[in-house]
Order: sequence, then C-alpha cells, then structure tokens
Amino acid sequence: MVWEALTLQLGYNATLVTLGAALLGMAAGATGTFLFLGKRALVSDAISHATLPGVALAFVVMVALGGDGRALPGLLAGSALSAAVGLLCVSGLTNRTRLSEDAAIGAVLSVFFGFGIVLLTVIQSMTAGRQAGLESFLLGSTAGMLLQDAVVIAAGGAVVLLLVVLLRRPMTMVAFDREFAAGAGMNVPRIELAMMGLALAITVVGLKIVGLILIVALLIIPAVAARFWTDRVGQVVILAGLIGGTSGYIGAALSATAPALPTGPIIVLVAFGLFTLSLFAAPNRGVMAALLRHRRFRARVHVRQGLLALAQAQPIYEGLTLRLMRRRGLIRADGVATDLGRIEAARALRDERRWQVLRSDPAHEEAAASYDGLTPLDDVLTPDQLAALDSGLRPKGVS
Amino acid sequence: MELVTPETGTEDRALLEASPLAVRGLTVSYGEKPAVFSVDATFQPGVMTAIVGPNGAGKSTMLKAALGIVTPLSGRVTAWGAPLDKMRDRIAYVPQRASVDWDFPTRVLDVVMMGQYRQLGLLGRVRTEHMRTALHCLERVGMDGFADRQIGQLSGGQQQRVFLARALAQDADLYLLDEPFAGVDAATETAIISVLKALRDQGRTVVAVHHDLSTVPDYFDRVFVINTSKVAEGPVSEAFTRTNLQEAYGGRLAAAQMGALG
Repeated sequence: MVWEALTLQLGYNATLVTLGAALLGMAAGATGTFLFLGKRALVSDAISHATLPGVALAFVVMVALGGDGRALPGLLAGSALSAAVGLLCVSGLTNRTRLSEDAAIGAVLSVFFGFGIVLLTVIQSMTAGRQAGLESFLLGSTAGMLLQDAVVIAAGGAVVLLLVVLLRRPMTMVAFDREFAAGAGMNVPRIELAMMGLALAITVVGLKIVGLILIVALLIIPAVAARFWTDRVGQVVILAGLIGGTSGYIGAALSATAPALPTGPIIVLVAFGLFTLSLFAAPNRGVMAALLRHRRFRARVHVRQGLLALAQAQPIYEGLTLRLMRRRGLIRADGVATDLGRIEAARALRDERRWQVLRSDPAHEEAAASYDGLTPLDDVLTPDQLAALDSGLRPKGVS
Repeated sequence: MELVTPETGTEDRALLEASPLAVRGLTVSYGEKPAVFSVDATFQPGVMTAIVGPNGAGKSTMLKAALGIVTPLSGRVTAWGAPLDKMRDRIAYVPQRASVDWDFPTRVLDVVMMGQYRQLGLLGRVRTEHMRTALHCLERVGMDGFADRQIGQLSGGQQQRVFLARALAQDADLYLLDEPFAGVDAATETAIISVLKALRDQGRTVVAVHHDLSTVPDYFDRVFVINTSKVAEGPVSEAFTRTNLQEAYGGRLAAAQMGALG
C-alpha cells in the first residue's frame, strides 16, 4: 500500500493530491528560505494563525448566501483576507508602538487564533450547511479532497515558485543588507511586502493539505535543513525547494494510505526527518563533521605539544598526548622517543624557532599574523624566504 | 520634496546644482528626541569630506536620512540639484560593517556583484564582463584571491574591504561611507584610504563618517562637524579648529585629540 502510494498508483485523485503537495512543498521551501535568511521566520506563524477567522467567516457568509459553505476558493479568499489583516496588525504594532516584532507576533497570533476557534465552535452549533470537515483546516487532510481542490493547490504552488525565481535577486539583497539595498534605491518596504505576500500565498494555498498550525514548519524546516549543506544562497533556495517538495510528496502519499491520519503532521514529520539527516550528516556545518574536525584539531595540538616537549627533553604527563604519540609511532610504549619521533621533534622545534624569528621581524608582519602554533612555516613562506630566515637562526661566527 | 523651487535664491540654486549631495533643514527623530536637528549641508564635488562629531551626535543618522534609508521628519535633499531618486545610480553607499549578518550564505564575489544590480536587473544573466568587473574591484581593495571565500571566513578589515569593493562595482560619482575605518587593522586602513584618494583624484566625491580626529587632516580635504545640529562646515584648515571641536565634543574632547590639532 505504501509502495503504491509512493509510486502514484492509488488512483487519479490521490496522484493529483500528491503532486500538488509536492509543488506546494517546493514553493514553501523556496519562499521560506528568504524569510529564514531575513530573520522574519516567525512572521509566517502569525500569518498562518490569522487565517482561521477568515475561514470561519467565509463559511458563514457562503452559507448565508445559500451556497456550499465548503467551497475551497471562497474559504481560501476569506483566509487570505484575514491573514492580510493579521499581517497589517503585526507591522502596525511594530512600527507605531514600542512593541518589538516578536511581541506583536505573539499577540496577533493568539488573538486571531482564539477568535477563529470561537467562530468554529459557533459554526458547529449551526444547523445550516455541512460544517463537518471545517476543522480539517487546522491540521490538514487529503481525505475527501476534490479534484479541483488539488488543481487549485498545485497551480498556487507553481505560481508562487515562479514569483520566487523572479524576485530572488532583490529578496536576497534585502535579506542580506537592507541598508545597502535602500541606499541603492530599492523600495525595501515593497520587497519585504512581496516576501510576506508570498508567505501568505503559501499559507493560504497550503491550508487544505498541511493545515494552518503546521504550515510554518513547511516554510522554515526545509530552509534550515538546506542551510547545513551549502554556503550559497542560490543553492540553499534550490535545496530547500527539493526538501520541501520531497516532504510534501512523501507526506501526502503516506497519508493517502490511511485517510484517518491528518496530512499536515505527516508532511512535517518527513521534513523533520530530512532536517535531522542534515543536522548530523552534512559536511562542514553538520554535527558529525564538526565533531570530527574538533577531534582532528585536538589531536594536532596534542601531538605538536608532545613533540616540542620531546625536543626539549621535558616529560609528557597527559595521557591523551602519550596515546596519540604512541599510535603515530613517535614514542615507544615506555615513553622513549623512536627514531621517527626524534626526527619529527627536531623538525617541530626548528619550525617553532623559525616562527619566533619571523614574529620578531617587522618585515614579515603579514605572515606573522597567521601564527597559530600549528601551521608549519613551510606552508606560509617560499623556500628562499625560509633560507633567509634560517641565516638569522645560525649562531654568530658560524657560516 | 523639490528642493530647487522658484523661491530658491539664485545663489543657493547655483550651490545646489554644483553639489553632489545637499540637505536643507534636515531633522530626524527616533521617538521624541531629535537625533539630527535642522541641519543644512552642502557637500562639495571632487573632494573628500569627513563628517565628525561625538558618539550619538547623529553622524550616521544624517547620512541615512539624506539617502532615504531612514525617514526624516522634515528637510529636503538634492543630488546635483535634482531629486535624489533621479540620481541614485550615481551614488554608492557603504553601510557600517556591523549592520549585516556575516554568516549569510554567500561568497565574496556575490557580495561585490550586488553592486551591479542596476546593470543586471531582475533577471539579467551574469556575464563574464560582470565577473571581470567584480574581480577587478576586489583587486583594487587588495582582495584578489578571496573571490570564492565564504564571507563568514573574513576578518573585520577584509569585510570592510569587500563592502568597499561592492561600492566600487557601482561605479558611482558620489561615495558615502559610514565609519569605514571602525575596527579595521592598520593595513586595511591604508588600503581603504588610498582607494578613496584615487577616487577623488578621478574627480569623484567622497563623504565619510569618521571617528578618529587625529587622522582628519591627513585623510580629508573638508570637514563637517555635527552634534545634533551643525557646528561647522568647510575646508579642514578653516573648520577643523579647536573652537569648533570644543563646541561639538564639549568635555568629551580628550587632551590627546586636542594635541592632534597642533
């Protein structure tokens, strides 16, 4: 069953929902990267929670007009409207009062969400309309999704993705250095508004599949996971899109096998799995890589200190130093230096002496700045520079 | 926000048209206390001007307000006698180094290429000529060989040089720098000042917020002294005087700095 779902063999509807979720995930990952890099990640949480009153009110209005209260386009329009009001409240509170943005986000998020829950409760007690299923907007559900719903989601995701590609340059510049962007004549508030607008669009389009509580995860987790792998904005955006898309695809497919499961949490758990993988396995920024790097560095420090001690006939007390030097064949089990150890020790001492000369010579100021006690001077100077330095090391009168 | 209006006297009009950047009656306030109050400034073309004043005197704020980065409460700004927005592509701004997150995922070369945004536009392809320009700008600040580095690996002085290279890539006529020498090493300071002097010798205008009074006479031609409101403006020999600095700095003017005035 799971295999069938992942290979899109559960029928036309399930296939379309899965592809829609994948597109939505891609768009969310790419959009979220700019929110994350611009340190505006939490604004999307305010936006998503502010959609709930809009969903409820749109339902009431559509029922009152005698239509189907659950028509997706109407609900999405309502949610977009109330999310926009929430966004205005956040920026108004931040710009016009002494409240910081995080406080404004907290206030708007909770008030709008609370109001939305009250409205939902009122709707549950209404007799008109088929209100069942409205609460699926909280956590997302693909069960009973209509064909046209899936099309709306896929198309929305595709449009947002296109806009991200179009606006990537100004959004990158504003996220990195808004003062420079403003100085260069960019309309920074408008670009930030566009960024928020894209987040709002993702939230609204993703309501049905991921749900409003967890959509923030689909915006942020892919970007954070992608950041572990690369140091270039363009690659972070692409990778975040791929991670988001994969999460959406696998999550929606899995949830299609068990209609009782809410879709949003499954998608988010898949994204979290990819995040964990990135956290541990990524080269350079990953936890494992950092751990390995630290161990290698520590070993270098210990061996260097041990060699210098050997060369100056000082005793070595530290167990780790002794172990590392034994393993490298620099000393015997009883702590006496091997031939190799003596050669290496002499070399380390000569290097250290050279560094001392170099650092007291103002002509080598630039090279002296790279002294860290570990780097061999051979890596820093050219052979002729080394020879010139060595002539200063020789005792006077000997040529 | 037209600055040159029919009421503008002919004398001031001529001054404004010659000046790459001029402000009149500029007031900026964060909250209820003005950081910059009713400042008039007329920066002269083809020379290097230092904006000096004590900490919190509104030096950076004045520059940001003149560029529209912060919104002034009142005041008018012109560049070469025209509204600022028409002249944006002739102006390059170098913000304070500390104003950005240096862990941002980008390379040195990409930061410099941000200076070419106007040529590249929204979707223009990056061509070899853009790369070559950016590499050349890095060379001018002594950073050749650093193009592929992640910006997080740079030292403070190197970060400042990259910011200067980005401004050079804008190929502007007016360069505005906010504390370009703050927290940089001696070699970087020398490198930056020689680039700026070369720009001036090409006839371009340099305006820099500067905090080290002892180097003002060596580095700059003109000085603008500010402490919330304008204290003095003019050639270093006329405006950089003990009296003016005493007025701007008050008791904060250390004896050592007075010594630098000779």
